[in-house]
Amino acid sequence: MEQGTVLEMRGICKYFPGVRALEQVDFTLREGEIHALMGENGAGKSTLIKVLTGVYPKDGGVILLSGTDGPVHIKSPQDAQNAGIATVYQEITLCPNLTVAENMYIGRTKGPVTNWRKMISDAGRLLDELGIPAHPKQQLGNCSIAVQQMVAIARAVDMECKVLILDEPTSSLDEQEVQKLFKLMRDLKAKGVGIIFVTHFLEQVYEVCDRITVLRDGQLVGEYIIEDLPRVQLVSKMLGKDFDDMADIKSDSDTENIDYESTPVYEAMGLTGTTGIKPFDFEIHKGEVNGFTGLLGSGRSESVRAIFGADRVTRGVVRIDGKPVKIRKPLDAMKHGISYLPEDRKLDGIVGDLSVRDNIILALQVMKGFFKPFSRAQAEQFADEYIKLLNIKTASSDTPIKSLSGGNQQKVILARWLLANPVYLILDEPTRGIDVGTKVEIQKLVLKLASEGKSVTFISSEIDEMIRTCSRLIVMRDGKVVGELKGKDLNQNKIMATIAGGES
Amino acid sequence: MTTPEPKLKTGRSVKDIFGKLFFNQLLIPLVALLFLVILNLFADPSFFKITLEKSSTGFYILSGNLISIIDNGSELAILAIGMTLVTAASGGQDISVGSAIAIAGSIVLRVIKGLSPSISGGELALYLIFAFVLCVIVSALFGAFNGALVAFFKIQPMVATLILFTAGRSIAAWINNNENISINDDRFKYFGNFLPGIPVPTPVFISAICMIVIAVVLKFTNLRLYSQAVGINSSSSRLNGINPKMIKLLTFIILGVCVAVCGFIKVSRTASITYAVIANNIEMDAILAVALGGNNLGGGKFNMTASIIGAYVIQFLTTTLFKFKVSSTAISAYKAVVVIFLIILSAPVVRRGLSNLKNKYIASRSQVKKEGV
Repeated sequence: MEQGTVLEMRGICKYFPGVRALEQVDFTLREGEIHALMGENGAGKSTLIKVLTGVYPKDGGVILLSGTDGPVHIKSPQDAQNAGIATVYQEITLCPNLTVAENMYIGRTKGPVTNWRKMISDAGRLLDELGIPAHPKQQLGNCSIAVQQMVAIARAVDMECKVLILDEPTSSLDEQEVQKLFKLMRDLKAKGVGIIFVTHFLEQVYEVCDRITVLRDGQLVGEYIIEDLPRVQLVSKMLGKDFDDMADIKSDSDTENIDYESTPVYEAMGLTGTTGIKPFDFEIHKGEVNGFTGLLGSGRSESVRAIFGADRVTRGVVRIDGKPVKIRKPLDAMKHGISYLPEDRKLDGIVGDLSVRDNIILALQVMKGFFKPFSRAQAEQFADEYIKLLNIKTASSDTPIKSLSGGNQQKVILARWLLANPVYLILDEPTRGIDVGTKVEIQKLVLKLASEGKSVTFISSEIDEMIRTCSRLIVMRDGKVVGELKGKDLNQNKIMATIAGGES
Repeated sequence: MTTPEPKLKTGRSVKDIFGKLFFNQLLIPLVALLFLVILNLFADPSFFKITLEKSSTGFYILSGNLISIIDNGSELAILAIGMTLVTAASGGQDISVGSAIAIAGSIVLRVIKGLSPSISGGELALYLIFAFVLCVIVSALFGAFNGALVAFFKIQPMVATLILFTAGRSIAAWINNNENISINDDRFKYFGNFLPGIPVPTPVFISAICMIVIAVVLKFTNLRLYSQAVGINSSSSRLNGINPKMIKLLTFIILGVCVAVCGFIKVSRTASITYAVIANNIEMDAILAVALGGNNLGGGKFNMTASIIGAYVIQFLTTTLFKFKVSSTAISAYKAVVVIFLIILSAPVVRRGLSNLKNKYIASRSQVKKEGV
């Protein structure tokens, strides 16, 4: 091992039934660097991380760590932790029913007796130091997802790790929180910690990373110094082909044809619910793509949930095609042709142990009724059709959905709602935590659906994604609709200004 | 008796067939059954003897250990059906079924006794139907009570059903003023014993009917999909238009109906009831049957056939132990030893370990293939 290297992985192989997840992959992490691990869905990023952290046993290759002679054998996450490898996963893996302090120290207390007072004061100090707005005695489940994520990072940081792995840590953070996290990362880097950063946000890679390793289809594409690899090249290396610029997608849809004078497909007046949003008016026309935007917690998700009847609606008038209707529960909305892809894929979207097929037919099946199950052949036909249409990477339609990669899971959920053949499709963060290629696919799909006359509400934390797809943006702040932007006003600066408020 | 032995017809695919069976959920209960069969074959081949004898009522009936197993296993198999559904949808178990059977049986006896101081002629059939319908309704209501606690008040199933578990036998005794009721009409015993002229015990037919009914229900409704979806991810199910609360409630009501059928068979066997003893500990055996079938007791995916086979395995084990002259006080301890072994084998962790082994095997094979090319 060279001087200054903290971690070296050589010739790592990992096989799953019928799939080679990793084939002869090398990865080197140097002291005090932030190293981005990039690749599409199923490129092998997560598998590599899981091999490194002992979640999966490797089928070949060696792992070398600084300070130890010869290869190390990491057989469990506990081994990894002891070897100084700390991980923060994309999905929160802490216990929501314990307090913040307990979560930070769980599994790390020595001996049978816990010094609660010391634990709480230590936790408090660390939280202060990192600027995390949480109290040690607070129950973790009561914190926002962003704060939970930061507590997970605080836990990792406190473990005095040599290698810190951040697997999509920013996907649920807003811009300010991301900056806090980056500051934290730079501090740690200065202390000599090697950081592996897995993310789908290209901007963030270029903002904070020193080096990039690109994987594709389980193989190493290469390792690059950040200055040597412009963005476009990175993307083309990840996709393995020349990248047709995402900025072009909008041009092949014509949003000018929407008839704003016609009766809206969906119209709500004074809609409000129990989740803390103020009454709002909303309408969407045939063939229109609009979006809700705002910071995390601004009420954008709560608004669309109210439209779908996912949370209790207390007041408001809803009209579909001009006719007043009552939407009290999701099934009512579904019967009126509304589909909703929820924000939290793991919690509200997938039914993990069920097969891809069952997950695809679920919504249509429920609409058809309890006493009218689809025949096996019919279900298989639906599943195969959509697996092909959306290019879902799965061994078969019998595979449990939980064993698919994030982007493919998302495609299955999309397939579910496309199969239900809605007139109005609500997509809440459909591109969160998935790779660039799939993101573009989904955005193109949204525009295609609109051109076929469907209406789509699209929510994304990435503003440029919204600008590319939406023809109208509803801006929210603190549970209230504070503005509506369209046409020339649809640009980054104007949106930022509206979200922030103040002078316009 | 089916045995999981690979057939050599297709040659090449023997390994695949074996592999498929090896990781099938039915494997554990079937192997357990096979093990018990072999054990008995070696110990005493006459265990499997079935004879046709003239009974005290003057008809020829089948008797033998195997007949006794499928006869006495009927209640357990019926309960396993309901318990599997409850487990799948709510991720917990109903421990009140034994007590609920006592209530159901008590109601049947009360109705028959109360309505007929002197039963004569064809009226009994009418009373029986009335008694049965009433006990189904009441058991379903008790099921709904349990289900409502679980679904609407989000109480853990075991805690929610603890209430009826504790109170059930008292309620059963109270229904008949704690009297020892017995029915002197032999026709009442038909359902727990033999119908005149038919050599197979009636409970066997009743449990077969229950299995056919549930098979039809699972085939022609979405009960399987809905209860699995609710058990795996209730929040996501709700956003797909399913009403998780109603599904949970429904599974408890179905279990209630199963309980009613069991209660009816139980009291018909002896035409009497002992409140403290009837269907004692049957809830544990029913839960065991579900676990033995390789079903996750935490809810989600289920295999109904495996649960039902599991129920008969437990009955087979009980009968075998009796045959080995294990005293009835020690029988639970012996059963526990066997059960520990079986449960460990069918535990999801072990199964996952096994399937990891399989994955490794396949991966290494595909690797070899690749290198070969």
